[in-house]
Formats: sequence, structure tokens, C-alpha cells
Amino acid sequence: MSDRTEDWGLRESATFDRRTIHEIQRAADTGIYDIRGFGAKRHLPHFDDLLFLGASMSRYPLEGYREKCATDVVLGDRYASRPLHLDIPVTIAGMSFGALSANAKDALGRGASAVGTSTTTGDGGMTDEERGQSRTLVYQYLPSRYGMNPDHLRMADAIEVVLGQGAKPGGGGMLMGQKISDRVAEMRTLPAGIDQRSACRHPDWTGPDDLAIKIEELREITDWKTPVYIKVGASRTYYDVKLAVKSGADVVVLDGMQGGTAATQEVFIEHVGIPILAAIPQAVQALQEMGMHRRVQLIVSGGIRSGADVAKAMALGADAVGIGTAALIALGCNHPRWSEDYQRIGSEAGFYDDYQAGQDPAGISTQDPELAARLDPEQAGRRLANYLRVMTLEAQTIARACGKSHLHNLEPQDLVALNMEAAAMARVPLAGTEWVPGSTPG
Amino acid sequence: MKKLSLAEHSVRELNSALHDPQAMDGGTEWYVSDPDGRHALACGLNDELQVTIDGHAGYYCAGMNQHATVVVNGTVGVGVAENMMSGLVRVRGNASQSAGATGHGGLLVIEGNASARCGISMKGIDIVVGGDVGHMSAFMGQAGRLVVCGDAGEAFGDSIYEARLYVRGQVESLGADCIEKPMRDEHREELRGLLAHAGMDFDPSEFRRYGSARELYNFHVDNAGIEQGDSHE
Repeated sequence: MSDRTEDWGLRESATFDRRTIHEIQRAADTGIYDIRGFGAKRHLPHFDDLLFLGASMSRYPLEGYREKCATDVVLGDRYASRPLHLDIPVTIAGMSFGALSANAKDALGRGASAVGTSTTTGDGGMTDEERGQSRTLVYQYLPSRYGMNPDHLRMADAIEVVLGQGAKPGGGGMLMGQKISDRVAEMRTLPAGIDQRSACRHPDWTGPDDLAIKIEELREITDWKTPVYIKVGASRTYYDVKLAVKSGADVVVLDGMQGGTAATQEVFIEHVGIPILAAIPQAVQALQEMGMHRRVQLIVSGGIRSGADVAKAMALGADAVGIGTAALIALGCNHPRWSEDYQRIGSEAGFYDDYQAGQDPAGISTQDPELAARLDPEQAGRRLANYLRVMTLEAQTIARACGKSHLHNLEPQDLVALNMEAAAMARVPLAGTEWVPGSTPG
Repeated sequence: MKKLSLAEHSVRELNSALHDPQAMDGGTEWYVSDPDGRHALACGLNDELQVTIDGHAGYYCAGMNQHATVVVNGTVGVGVAENMMSGLVRVRGNASQSAGATGHGGLLVIEGNASARCGISMKGIDIVVGGDVGHMSAFMGQAGRLVVCGDAGEAFGDSIYEARLYVRGQVESLGADCIEKPMRDEHREELRGLLAHAGMDFDPSEFRRYGSARELYNFHVDNAGIEQGDSHE
């Protein structure tokens, strides 16, 4: 197609390109906005725009494979008597049973547990498969309170109060009718087959003062043993983090706009929120001003793909990262082995984002029993564990090259930016200069 | 009966004891004095206890209750019996907003009035209010029954799923997708049982029934809330 149009000398509009024209035509045909899964697909300033300054004369590197470079992290020791001790700082972000199949949740638990990290429930409650396979399980406390159960609260290793999600800060979740199986409906106390909409506001508190009392209640119910996280979608991050700390959070979870979703309006995914690169320095500044950096831990997510991303996030001041989309890809999402099946439903391996439709050929974002059976939880769990190990090794490789004996010792001074946008957002110098746009004179 | 004064003991000490009643010589009856509006009283109970709080309680009193009976001789703050699973919570006075929010089971009785969002996102709890309820009550109510012996505020039952609502007095306005439904014998019988359980002496025939029109259950353009008056002029 592109060859022919170029041969004919046709010029495609940069403003009204073919995808834009297709969307206008789709909207005109249907009269309803597009809902899809995955995360933001537009180009955004990201970790790729940062580079590390490896050691040479002025810094002393550690030997690449043998010298100690620790990766463990403690989360939630501000108030909780039982903080989490994770072996690696890469956690599995909240994803619901409902959005994902039971086998997928099972596999996430297996993979995370194999490498000593945590996984997280989602909207819809805790499943036996998930609790059974997850050595360390974070229980999300969401506005919908679907499946919310005090027994599960007490069984959780941490509680994550969800205020927002990077893919849709300010919006509630969706789960389309084709994924509301009888089991999902029963867990959420909803009629089967309806298009479920989750609340975007918590039902019994408004504002940080109320949230502080809500957290006090959660701590009382769990006898002050269990760490309490607060998760926010990246938008007004500086203020949100300050208020989260004031409300009593042990841990702040910050999800950038590249974070994934199972079902959200396309316009929301692509146009609301800010990139994680721009959000982390705001969060760190807020924590530092309150004297809480490293006392209240910061977990960041939204577009983390590799050990390089992990290292960059930690150099900017995060204590750990969360992965969602990348974890699903490790399980088998968008794998070429299902290419023909993707084509049959109008997509292709590498492009599939219709998580809302429940027709996932890889058996991950579906409640169809036949499709779900395609995912072997044991095998998928091994794939995830492998991927998490690779990310950790990659991050260690970079940290050692910067002379760090612990991933937490990475610092902003180890980073430079490739362009002005990334330099301004990440608050690190443009490569080859001392210039931090927005902070120092040009 | 175990007696504990919150003038002398902390909320932590109270809840800690209530969470492990065997450690307190197996006592199941508790009398709590001097609550003075403290928050999170008797929350997360998980045994068949009888707890009386003699005075006013703050936010989230009896939150996430399971099995226990909690009686408050006073008013309560936001979110009394929120996410209750089972048991009975009785408030002798008035309740602030979000009473019984997201409750999955059990019975919440408010002998006075309840403020806004009473029964918000209710998921199986039964709530009987002797007086009025504020605006947006039973918002997104999924299951369970809400009985209002007085009046209901505006946007009653907005975006309701399958919760069943009974009101004896006036309803200021109904929320999206909430409609009045016929009151049949089975509903009067259901209501009679709820009122009796709550200790309310009202005639079921004086009540009207409300529930979901089930027209917002699927996304399509007619449900998007775009009204003619919103068009540009």
C-alpha cells in the first residue's frame, strides 16, 4: 500500500493520516467512542531518552558479574509491623481477575514468587489461584470494592488503596459484558453479561483528611501489621504524593500514562495523564521536601520494559518498579504463535490491544474457557520468572558499570538526557552539557 | 460483660481485644463507654460478639463487621458498617454519609436519619432507616435491600443495579435508570420481615418500591448521557 501511494506521488496528511481518518469514519459509523486495552501508543518522552554515564576515570566501576550488586528492597516499614522484603525491585502491578483469566493470574503469581517479588490483585477481588501461587500478594482496595472481603484483607501481605491508574487518572474501570462470566459476576455481585463500570471515586471518603481516617480503619482491621500503599495515576504528582504521605501511606505507587489497562476509552488512554518520566522527579521532590524519601517507598510503573528502564527509574529516585503490560507479554500476550488467530479477529501479533473483547488468542485477557485453557500457568510462570531475572541482571549490569553495589545507590547524577524534553522532565542535564532545562540557566 | 472506657484505653487496645476475644477470657459481651466520636471503633470484628458503644462514634464504626452485633447509643460518623459482611449494627441516633457503603451482608439499622449516599454500592446488605436518607442514596446499588421509613433525597438509586429499595415517604427525585416498580404481595412480605427484624413498627402497604430499569446495563450511544440541550447553539 505504502509503495503504491509513494509511486503515485500521493501525499498523506500529517494531521489527517490514515489512522485518524479511520477513527473519524469509525466514530461516524458507530456513534460511540472506541474502547480498548493496552496502554498509550503515541510517542512520549520516556526512559529511552536517558543514558547512563558509565564509570571511567572519575568513577570506579564494579566487576560485571561477580562483585556484589544487591537488588533487595523493603517496602512499607513506616508504620506496618510486617513490611515486605522483596528480593528484586520489580513487582507485578495490579490486574484483575475478570480482566485476566484465572490461569493468567495463576501464572503471574508463579512467576513473581519464583524470583521473590510480589504480585497484586485488581478490581474484582482475590482468587484462590492467585493467593495460592503468590508468596507475596498485594490486595487492591478500589473504589468499586468489588469482591472486597475483610478475610482477604487479613490474608494480604500489603493493601494498595487505589485512587487512580496511569492509563486513566480520573476514570473508573470497565469490564465489558463478554468478559462477565458467571464466576466474575458472582465475585463482583453483578448480573452476568452486563457492561460493568467501576466507580471512579471511593464510596466512603473524599479528600486526604478522610483518607487518613480510612487508612486508620484499615490498619485497625489488620492490627497495624500490613503495609498500606496508595496508588495514584500520574497527573498532579507533586501534590498527590504530598497528600498521600500526609494521609499515612507506607508506600506510594505512581503509575504513568504509559501504564496498561484492560478496557478504557482510547481518548482517555492517549490524552489524560503525564509520562512516568515527568512524574518521578515530582514525586521524589515531594518526598524529599517532607523528609520522607526512602522512608515512604516509591514504586513507579507505566512503560517499564527492561532492566535499563528499571535502573533509570531507580536512579531518578524510585525504590521499586511495577510492570503490567510487560508481564503479560512475557506470559505470551501478542506472541507470533497466535498470528493467524490475531488476524482472524482483525489484529496481528504485536498490535493486539482489544483486551476488552475477551477474545484473546493467547488466553490471557479472556474469560472464554477454551481460550483461557491455551495458557499453561506453569509454563507461562516460568517465562515471567525468566523475564524478571533478565531485567534484574540488566539493571545490575548498569549499576555495576556506574560503580554501585546496590541498585538503590543509582542516582540522578548517573544520568543524562538525549533531548531537551527528557532533560526538563527528568531534571537531568542534556548529554554533553550541564544544562537542565527549566532548572538552570541555558 | 467486659467493660472498657475509651477515656482510659486507646482505640487500638479496644480493637485488639475485640479481634482476639479468647485472649480476654472468652467474653462475648462488651460495653464501651466514652467513645467521644473516636474513629474506627469495633471495626473488623470477626466473632459473634455483642458490643454496645455508649455514646457517639466517629468514622467507620463497625466497619467490615462479620458475625458481631454492634449497638451504638448515639450518632455515628461517615461509613458506619461499611463493607459489612454479616451480623447486625444498630445506631440509635443519626448516621452521617455513606452508611452501609458497599456492604455485602448483615443488617444495618439506623433509627434516626441517614445522610447522603446511604447504601452506596451496596452488595447484599440490608439497611433499614427509621427516618430520612440524603441524596444519592443507593448509588450504584448492586444487591440487598434499603428500606427508608421517611423521605429520600434527590437522585435516589442513581445508576442502580439489582438492589431493591422501599420508601415510605417522598422521593425528591430518582437517579439515572432508577424507576418505581409495582409493589406485589411478595414485596410486602419481604418488607414486613425486614421491618420486624429491624424493630420498626410500620405498615408495609405504606411503602413504594424502586429498582433498576436495567437500561444502562450495556454501553451504547443512547446511554452516553448526551441530551439535546447539550448541543451547541
